[in-house]
Amino acid sequence: MSNHSHTARRQGGGFDLGRMLLEGRAFFALIAIIVIFSLLSPVYFSTGNFLTMSSHVAIFGLLSIGMLLVILTGGIDLSVGSTLGLCGVVAGFLMQGVTLDAFGVTLYPPVWVVVILTCAVGAFIGAINGVLIAYFKVPAFVATLGLLYVARGVALLMTDGLTYNNLGGDPALGNTGFDWLGFNRLFGVPVGVWVLAIVAVVTLLALARTPFGRWVYSTGGNARAAELSGVPVKRVQVSVYVLSGICAAIAGLVLSSQLTSAGPTAGTTYELTAIAGVVIGGAALTGGRGGVRGTLLGAFVIGFLSDGLVIIGVSSYWQTVFTGAVIVLAVLLNSIQYGGRRKTAAQTSATPSSPAASSGQAPGDGKSPAAKPATQH
Amino acid sequence: MSHLDSTAPAPAAASGDARRDDEVVLSARNVAKSFGSVQALKTVNFDVFRGQVTTLFGENGAGKSTLMKVLSGVIQPTSGEIVLDGEPVRFASTTDATRLGISIIHQELSLAPNLSVRDNIFMGREIKGPTGIDFAEEARQTRALMEALDEPIDPLTPVEDLRLGQQQIVEIARALSVNSRILIMDEPTSALSASEVEVLFRVIRDLKSRGVSIVYISHHLEEALTITDHAVVLRDGVMTAYAKRADIDLEWIVRNMVGDNFDLGSPPTGHTIGEVALAIEEVSVADVNVPERSVVDRLSLTVRAGEIVCIYGLMGAGRTELLECIAGRVPLSGGRVLLEGVDVSRLSIAERIDNGLVLVPEDRQRDGLVQTMSVGENLSLASIKAFTKGLLTSGSRERGVIDESIASVHIKTDGPRADIGSLSGGNQQKVVIGKMLATHPRVVLLDEPSRGIDIGAKAEVFKLLAEGAARQGLAVIFSTSEVGECLSIAHRIVVMSRGRIAAEFGADVSKEQIMAASGESVVA
Repeated sequence: MSNHSHTARRQGGGFDLGRMLLEGRAFFALIAIIVIFSLLSPVYFSTGNFLTMSSHVAIFGLLSIGMLLVILTGGIDLSVGSTLGLCGVVAGFLMQGVTLDAFGVTLYPPVWVVVILTCAVGAFIGAINGVLIAYFKVPAFVATLGLLYVARGVALLMTDGLTYNNLGGDPALGNTGFDWLGFNRLFGVPVGVWVLAIVAVVTLLALARTPFGRWVYSTGGNARAAELSGVPVKRVQVSVYVLSGICAAIAGLVLSSQLTSAGPTAGTTYELTAIAGVVIGGAALTGGRGGVRGTLLGAFVIGFLSDGLVIIGVSSYWQTVFTGAVIVLAVLLNSIQYGGRRKTAAQTSATPSSPAASSGQAPGDGKSPAAKPATQH
Repeated sequence: MSHLDSTAPAPAAASGDARRDDEVVLSARNVAKSFGSVQALKTVNFDVFRGQVTTLFGENGAGKSTLMKVLSGVIQPTSGEIVLDGEPVRFASTTDATRLGISIIHQELSLAPNLSVRDNIFMGREIKGPTGIDFAEEARQTRALMEALDEPIDPLTPVEDLRLGQQQIVEIARALSVNSRILIMDEPTSALSASEVEVLFRVIRDLKSRGVSIVYISHHLEEALTITDHAVVLRDGVMTAYAKRADIDLEWIVRNMVGDNFDLGSPPTGHTIGEVALAIEEVSVADVNVPERSVVDRLSLTVRAGEIVCIYGLMGAGRTELLECIAGRVPLSGGRVLLEGVDVSRLSIAERIDNGLVLVPEDRQRDGLVQTMSVGENLSLASIKAFTKGLLTSGSRERGVIDESIASVHIKTDGPRADIGSLSGGNQQKVVIGKMLATHPRVVLLDEPSRGIDIGAKAEVFKLLAEGAARQGLAVIFSTSEVGECLSIAHRIVVMSRGRIAAEFGADVSKEQIMAASGESVVA
């Protein structure tokens, strides 16, 4: 994590005490989880187990990073779990070969083509989300909830509810290698974890060192001010949903490769885990605050916690309770930390329906305390 | 808007005066309030008399609203005390104040538009009967209240179906229903038509006769003079003058509000006024709510390089809409905007910024600042391109842009990483201005650039603009609702009224001429 710290610091305004505490919180939670489970179980603290757990984390981590981008702009993406499922199915479908009846041929695209097409499907779903939200002003919650159902439904329709099991490809057809993505290891580390690491570093760089990153933070911080400063707010909004869709597609590829099967119900409720990761990582759901480091820590906290509970033999029902408690605790700490600042932010998004504002008038001096904290989309 | 000619010192007010002259119900003693490093109120003393109207006069940022919030329990004073009926009191919240009979009616009404008049009046303190809420009793009381206010609205009418003036009366009814003895009204007439103002004033006179004390704030000076019994003037958080209505006139108020000797600068001279930088041709902007209506109505205006133009107008004159339309925030419904001869009417905000046309918005909290970002990130937000090489931004070059901005607009800050919220209002405003100037524009629009900042910062902002015009040949348009500011750095003063240019003056105009042209003292 040390290689991240200097880039993130440049993101500006970054190293005040508040943010250190914030990031420290998720970090200390992770340490505590590792220590506690290591004491409870002799098998927990081993390189092999860490790598296995990390490859589980990779899925949530990828979703969380996409979710982070969306949440930073003040939105939410509930469709990522379904997108993951649909993309897995699409990959599985392509690996089975595409029969074109008109030409009487069956095409077996090579794995790299499958990967690109699958990512394109994820991007397409994200684009629908983004356009609905940015241009048609559909609240993010509703738009992505709709896509959650649609994407899942399409995945079920494509397979009739069945699962593609044969993803290995055939050397004769030249489409082998799909299992490499999640199943294989590179320098002893599962490829899924490498994928997560690459996506994380790229996102970190993009957020800290590119105009796009600045646009994302400013759109979430105050979209009106960002727009007047020349930030293409609508394009930024569409982009983050597209990127979130692509992250979900990559996660879908890694997951179906890990499982060597692609089922239409894969990834159900994963969107909630992804949101939890972002929130535990200290991002504000109101947008503008948060980072890749925190989000990764959040994903690891959830992953290591749930795997730890499995290892020490706690029932899956209790796992659910524990995970929920951690999320509530994280949000509680977030609201304590941001509580003071949120007030001013809420005043800025004054209700456009108030009579003075709707007739476009200067509301005299000062802000009215009656201004309600309007929710951002 | 007001009816100065028909109503000089109102007879009703005079009779109220005569009855009980000096019975003070509520007073503020040495009240001070600071927000961080900004002192909004500095030891103010202030009395409210029973059954009379006390009006607070003062420019934007003088501390009127802060004082009102202190009196109504919205915020707590940093020092000093509030005395109610001779007893010192402390309000922990508005509920405390309401319980003791003090209600505030905000400029932006706090009614739930989807609920009926009855439900709004009894919101939060519903009358309970044996089977839940006793709607019949609520409706009966509502009807009685509305009749007492001479506005017999059906209690079941949804508030959104009422005119603004009627909504205001519903707010008053709500305050009366909790037996308020002291009503604080913050700019109650700003959104009302002339006839609605008449109704409101009748209600106010009626309330006075019932012994209700009223604290009144308004920017419409003449209008306020027709209704008030006492005048208190605030300037920069200090009470500068107090007098009874009978002893004062408009000139006295303006003099005490503005102060005689603070220099906001003069129009820069000695540089050449260049070519036409911005030409607005027959621009119209449709009302968001009523598309048939135009808030800006076929308005034409040109500004040359190096020239400073001030747009004066009352609230609702269309100043903000005009400036936002030029900047690309609001679509125009007719006409076109030419920037150095090129039509920019179809361009996005970002493209207009690239072409050298920028807007410093009126509400810096809502439209100017990104509160989650640092001072530096706010300053560099509009000029990211200037420090981007290839895909990546350059930290050192960004630092250069930021440092240059901080120096050139004189921002007092702990450094670029400081939280934007840690700055005073004036410095925050300078950040917004600095951010837009960092894009090296040729035309700068500023919507009420002096709003909510103290007089020293105001002078600094104007000095900045004057220097920009003189040295860099910037074309500057700024809007204001304070007459005193028109007579500062502007070469030309354009008075807007109802979406059109009502008059245009040179720098040698008088305050009275400007106010007359704006419709402030003209019979509607």
